[in-house]
Amino acid sequence: MTRYSFWSLLREGLRGHDGWQPVWREAEPKPAYDAVIIGGGGHGCATAYYLAKEHGLTNIAIVEKGWLGGGNAARNTTIIRSNYLYDASAAIYDHALQLWKGLGRELNFNIMMSHRGVLNLAHDDNEMRQLKRRIEANRLNGVEAEWLDAKQVAEYCPIINMSPQSRYPVIGASLQRSGGVNRHDAVVWAYARAAHDLGVDIIQNCEVTGLKIEAGRISGLETNRGTIRTPKVASVVAGHTSVIGAMAGLRLPIESHPLQALVSEPIKPVNPCVVMSNAVHAYCSQSDKGELVIGAGIDAHLSYTQRGAFPVIEEEIAAVLELFPIFSRLKLMRHWGGIVDICPDASPIISKTPVKGFYLNGGWGTGGWKATPASGHALADLVARDEPNAIAAPYSLERFTTGKLVAEHGAAAVAH
Amino acid sequence: MSRQSARRAQNRLDHGGLVDRTRPISFSFDGKSYQGFAGDTLASALLASGVHHVARSFKYHRPRGFLGAGPEDPGALVRVGSDPATMVVNQRATEVELFDGLEAFPQNCWPSLRLDFGVVNDLMHRFLPAGFYYKTFMGPPGSWMFFEPFIRRAAGLGPAPSAPDPARYEHMNRHCEVLVIGSGPAGLAAAREAARSGARVILAEESAACGGRLLGEAEGDALIEGMAPRAWRGDVLAELAANPEVTLLTRTSASGYYSQNWVTLFENCTDHLPPSEAGHLPRHRLWRVRAAQVVLATGAIERPLVFHGNDRPGVMLASAARTYLHRYGVRAGSNAVIFANNDDAWRSAFDLHDAGAHIAAIIDTRPDPAAAHREAAEAHGIGVRTGATIVATQGRGHIRSIDVAAFDAGGVTGKPERIACDLLCVSGGWSPNVALFSQSGGSLRYDETLAAFVPDEARQEVVAIGACAGDFALAEAVSRGVETGRTAAREAGFVASATDPVAGETRDAALPYRVTPAWELPSNLPKTRIRAFVDYQNDVTAKDLHLAVREGYGAVEHAKRYTTTGMGTDQGKIVGVNAIGVLSGVLDKPIGEIGVTTYRPPWRPISFGAVAGQHVGGLFHPRRTTAMHDWHVENGAVFETVGDWLRARVYPQPGEDFEAALQRECRAARNAVGVLDASTLGKIDIRGKDARSFLNRIYTNAWMKLEPGRCRYGLMTNEDGMVFDDGVTACLADDHFHMTTTTGGAARVLGWLEEYHQTEWPDLEVYMTSVTEQWAVASICGPRAPELAADLFDDIDADPERFPFMSHASGHIDGVPARVFRISFTGEVSYEINVPASYGLWLWRTLMERGKPYGITPYGTEGMHLLRAEKGFIIVGQETDGTLTPVDLGMGWAVKQSADFIGKRSLTRSDTARDDRLQLVGLLTADPGFVIPEGSQIIASGREQSPRTPMIGHVTSSYFSPTLERSIALALIAGGHGRMGERIHVARRGADPVPATITGTDFLAGLKEAS
Repeated sequence: MTRYSFWSLLREGLRGHDGWQPVWREAEPKPAYDAVIIGGGGHGCATAYYLAKEHGLTNIAIVEKGWLGGGNAARNTTIIRSNYLYDASAAIYDHALQLWKGLGRELNFNIMMSHRGVLNLAHDDNEMRQLKRRIEANRLNGVEAEWLDAKQVAEYCPIINMSPQSRYPVIGASLQRSGGVNRHDAVVWAYARAAHDLGVDIIQNCEVTGLKIEAGRISGLETNRGTIRTPKVASVVAGHTSVIGAMAGLRLPIESHPLQALVSEPIKPVNPCVVMSNAVHAYCSQSDKGELVIGAGIDAHLSYTQRGAFPVIEEEIAAVLELFPIFSRLKLMRHWGGIVDICPDASPIISKTPVKGFYLNGGWGTGGWKATPASGHALADLVARDEPNAIAAPYSLERFTTGKLVAEHGAAAVAH
Repeated sequence: MSRQSARRAQNRLDHGGLVDRTRPISFSFDGKSYQGFAGDTLASALLASGVHHVARSFKYHRPRGFLGAGPEDPGALVRVGSDPATMVVNQRATEVELFDGLEAFPQNCWPSLRLDFGVVNDLMHRFLPAGFYYKTFMGPPGSWMFFEPFIRRAAGLGPAPSAPDPARYEHMNRHCEVLVIGSGPAGLAAAREAARSGARVILAEESAACGGRLLGEAEGDALIEGMAPRAWRGDVLAELAANPEVTLLTRTSASGYYSQNWVTLFENCTDHLPPSEAGHLPRHRLWRVRAAQVVLATGAIERPLVFHGNDRPGVMLASAARTYLHRYGVRAGSNAVIFANNDDAWRSAFDLHDAGAHIAAIIDTRPDPAAAHREAAEAHGIGVRTGATIVATQGRGHIRSIDVAAFDAGGVTGKPERIACDLLCVSGGWSPNVALFSQSGGSLRYDETLAAFVPDEARQEVVAIGACAGDFALAEAVSRGVETGRTAAREAGFVASATDPVAGETRDAALPYRVTPAWELPSNLPKTRIRAFVDYQNDVTAKDLHLAVREGYGAVEHAKRYTTTGMGTDQGKIVGVNAIGVLSGVLDKPIGEIGVTTYRPPWRPISFGAVAGQHVGGLFHPRRTTAMHDWHVENGAVFETVGDWLRARVYPQPGEDFEAALQRECRAARNAVGVLDASTLGKIDIRGKDARSFLNRIYTNAWMKLEPGRCRYGLMTNEDGMVFDDGVTACLADDHFHMTTTTGGAARVLGWLEEYHQTEWPDLEVYMTSVTEQWAVASICGPRAPELAADLFDDIDADPERFPFMSHASGHIDGVPARVFRISFTGEVSYEINVPASYGLWLWRTLMERGKPYGITPYGTEGMHLLRAEKGFIIVGQETDGTLTPVDLGMGWAVKQSADFIGKRSLTRSDTARDDRLQLVGLLTADPGFVIPEGSQIIASGREQSPRTPMIGHVTSSYFSPTLERSIALALIAGGHGRMGERIHVARRGADPVPATITGTDFLAGLKEAS
């Protein structure tokens, strides 16, 4: 692997960039692997990388139905934060945040991790109470977070509409300064490159059509490019977890919804941070390229098609204009949808299954991107040891039978 | 016209085009004044004045001129206006219509358009290839945070406005049988035929005038149905205009194509007008159209050729040059070279020649252009080079000359020859504009003959016709238009004649379209110096695509994302197919196997304002106020937002602060009479013979034996057994109940009831109606409330003995019908008085008047919370957060054992049944004056630990109790019910934890015991 650096860029610049190596080489599926990861998104590539790097498992493959990073990795709004309420969530998301901090250097690929800060706005007392509770929990969990009053919010992000007359006046916000955004495609490519460098086979255009299970144990998988034998299969497929789960005979507590996002035309830097608001229901950051990146909630209907309904986009934009009236004359350049798998408690599944050797990583709902490194890290550990570590343990499938939910959606409690 | 402007308008012909030469228009660009005519775009008017260089590209800041003449143009982006509230950035000069006083400015350049320091990127280009940023800026931690601001400042195009937009935007909703998108010959024919059947037709045309290519081409001896094309156009438009079932929208782009033939149309209503003439019109409209049938007549988009130096101002699509000539009467150059790989582009040479331009050369990459063309060129005295390519171009802000040489598959073969020119018309062939077809879900197919992607299979009720379908010949476009218009009408249930009544001959003036693709053309320069642009806005060269493939980003979506090809504001309208062509060459794979990237809506950038429509400002979400609202305002209430409602929070008297007012209000409620505006509580009228069983399944407690006249408090849990709403429901009759919900939960509860009724228990006969808005509610409470009530009611016995707690009665107050519930928010004797909402304000005023002798005092939501907290009554959403069972809240008494209800099974799950779950308790701080901040976390020991301190709970409500004259708090603590009297600590940021003792939740009960 050619190392990337200022100097290599200079050298290649002088000789016409002929010397760069492929980030990964297309592999033909081998007849057998020690483990196969289904899904070449951020989480899948991260899993492969950590399996190879930390557990020495290099005779493994990622099989991807389409092109690498073409699912939710390509469609999310790249927000990174770890200011979650519950211990289990704080543990995994903050582990991710710590990994994000050094990831570009570790993988030798600039993933443009921008710790520009994430604001969660409070518009009424109830929201303020919830945010303060969360901030206090964060603090005691060693997660960086602080409260800003209205004046400090206006200083941190001067373009927010702070008028007390607005429909949802901003009365304060929680701020996580180490939160931010990064470059989603680059993360997938960086993990894939590093995994490939460690010997992992990356197989695109390889769709899994069935799982081979013998005596309650996984023995391989069927793909459109032939049968692959393997004692371990990890499903990391974002919006299709229940489809792969069904191949193993599992009926999972997951609903799949479209989730839409959009970008504006590129403009000069105007939004310095990430702004999120539950009350108006939108979030907005600005990409390094200059596009405003905007997202909101799911489409209410269930679907496997990667498109949503336009009225959701209308609400999303109206919400953003409530927060930022100066954006009204900017233009919507592109909108798209992805499919998110949502568990009843809005927390993910990283778990063993009743089928031995078959592992699940999914159900990340609307917020999986930020967890990518920790998700891959924890899953790799689970696949390698066949036992969940402390970070993965709360996310087992059993919690839906025991009731030990990680109910992060509880934070969006109703108004009194 | 002044001499200066006459000189400036050197390229304007004295006749021809749709511009009105009797209406000159003054405008300015980059601080200089110009003149154009009504009907001009900013681009045509600037070209008329000889201005080509108007913009800088995104990355390398290269000079950009007008490549196209419409929405496809990638580079000529300008800012229109200078007002911080109303300026519009990233506008395509090729689409900005002139109006008097228009001010346009270049953007993305500093200090000026001509002298732009950003050019340093261009000088450094060999070190800044596609994706260079992925490979560097990875120094010590924080280095990206250091570099990013520079990158961000360099990126972006125009600046955002800095003041709120004063404009108004509208949504329009329409149904039609046939929606025709595009008004070229095919679209016009289709719309006319569909309209003749009587069907409702909407015809959307993106530009200011209908006609499509008819307006951009010379008429020659072309005929449509026996008429000269523009005359035919006039007739069709007149017919459409006269038909009341036809909606003809110009300046209207179909922006998105969604499921079930739902199409959004973006109409520009006033951007082309001076502000003084905009009148009452909205700035933009978004039409949301549901069409039974959609006809896509969206035409085709010409592609440039990919060769070294192809991006200078003065390089223009061959068709754009004809559009400027025929539609705007502007000759884009006086000494032109035509460079093409197809026969169509030759027309530009002949048309420009006829308009008085010198044609320096026609260069065709093919060895075999049409013989008729070659003869015509010879007759015109135009030099022709076949099998040749341009290997380089010269000219900084504007093209000056080109170098042409012969080439074959091995590269350049001949010695380059330099030819001077001031206009280079290029054409790499035409790409059907399939964006909307693709958005509709239709599949595409690569057509080798046309060297383009064409619509294949449709997934919705949509047909592509004309150039959009790859039918470039006029006769075919018109006949397909006629046929499709009729079929669409018939499909929608209308009778359309099957035979063609009078249609005369339709024929082209031009030769049939022939193209031989040449995706990437060679140059004799060293490879490192070749810069052949594929994406003119984002500065992606063919070399970048080569690099992408070399680095493994060969999949078309990877190449796009790695190089940013087609990701600019033009969304790849002209670059898409060229990029795929170049990739096919590098990968040595047929184009059809490479495929296209996804076409995403919108077709063109549309204003956020239009998408939001009227749902901004005060109309973003309606704000609900109660019938008594005016009184609260008049009496100085401080308000808070609760759900959609604005509620009075506290009523400070002059000179009184918030806390003092709160304490006064609560003391009044405990000692005299307090009155609360409780109108916002959700109220649902539930009827039907199964209403009772329905409630019994919805609520955790038992409802089968509640008698008419009685009320009961109920808890609702979700499937997980977690409390999500509460309220009192009254039994009005055996089959009739009045349910109340939390203020914020009202809509959700009704939705919940309906969902369960409709999807799970459709067999139950029960009907739910929201009556929240129909009843205004004032709740009076306190020791003197019975006296006031007795004074108030005409025909209800207010005596608490005979009108006991948890019962209700109907009667009158001064003849006004009222429903009175003996239920309590506060633990005091209470009467919740419901009257029809129109009497709400009257009721409130009456209460204030008649309550005076009893010391009536209004209290707001803050007081209500405090009074409830003193009694340990929960507030759903404050004490609860969707993770607590009734048992956790100490309300196990409200869980029936007898029958099933939603969530019951979950309550027995092993974790849900644990006894060390978070449980609701009271807290008393050691320091009675210290009020714990709400949301504080509770820890076991008096010291925080590092790096993590285990938390055992948190504080949900906290007040200074006027009754107890000390602080109180409600908290959720792990296993709290079994820890009465235990000392815990409340963590604080930057201060020592505060000790407190766990108690029961009813603080007043504690007081009574103590006394």
